[in-house]
Amino acid sequence: MSASAIVFYILGAFILGTGLLAVTTRKIFRSAVWLLFSLIGIAGFYFWLQMEFIAAVQIIVYVGGIVVLIIFSIFLTQQSGKEMPKPPLARTVLSIVAACFGFALTYYLISQYSFTAPLNPAMDASISNIGTQMLDATTEGYVLPLEVVSVLLLAAMIGCIVIAMKVKTQDK
Amino acid sequence: MNDIPLGHILALSTALFFIGMYGLFTRRNMITILMSVELILNSVNINFVAFNKYLYPDKLGGVFFSVFIITIAAAEAAVAIAIIINLYRSHQSIDVEDAGEMKF
Repeated sequence: MSASAIVFYILGAFILGTGLLAVTTRKIFRSAVWLLFSLIGIAGFYFWLQMEFIAAVQIIVYVGGIVVLIIFSIFLTQQSGKEMPKPPLARTVLSIVAACFGFALTYYLISQYSFTAPLNPAMDASISNIGTQMLDATTEGYVLPLEVVSVLLLAAMIGCIVIAMKVKTQDK
Repeated sequence: MNDIPLGHILALSTALFFIGMYGLFTRRNMITILMSVELILNSVNINFVAFNKYLYPDKLGGVFFSVFIITIAAAEAAVAIAIIINLYRSHQSIDVEDAGEMKF
């Protein structure tokens, strides 16, 4: 087994272990911290795949943005040290059964399917290449989804402000 | 990288997906449900990047899909947290069982 394979299995165990702890721990703040570790592990996995751009985006947006947002909302909405109530036993057992069954079915389908190896030469996935193709307006380019997603982000931002805005009372 | 078959990476992402599903089934707190959704979206991203790297190395489609999924996940998390904070103001709780006014 080569060093690369060992790194992959360590990363996989780290991602799955911390992910499992994130959904099972009963303290909500710890859950957020385990989620943070899981997301960092996924960023490391992208580095392992030599996709540096996606790894950087993962760290910036997920680790630096979404988890911080989640932690803020935990502090705003509840006492972080308080334990969450235990889910009923029947729900836990049924959820485990459903998840295991789904995993077994999907893994069976994956193991049955034989993936054909690529014939074309690999393209350089460097950041300059990604940027060139993203802003390309020809048929290979992705400038239209980029514009659509930027409009979506603007709409989400305005929507957040409107939803979370405090309504001022009239009698003042 | 090439000594790991694609099936192992897909098994990793499948396991992460169903861990997220387990969290979605058992949790009743809205923030933890949101965390489970983030795990699920991440497992899909792993799939896209791995497929791009292993099966279509001459294209960059998987990278772009992942970037757009990350963007939409950020927008979704922001809107969800705005809704959660608004709900907390009106109900003093973010448990999904406590928000049953629109339930049939």
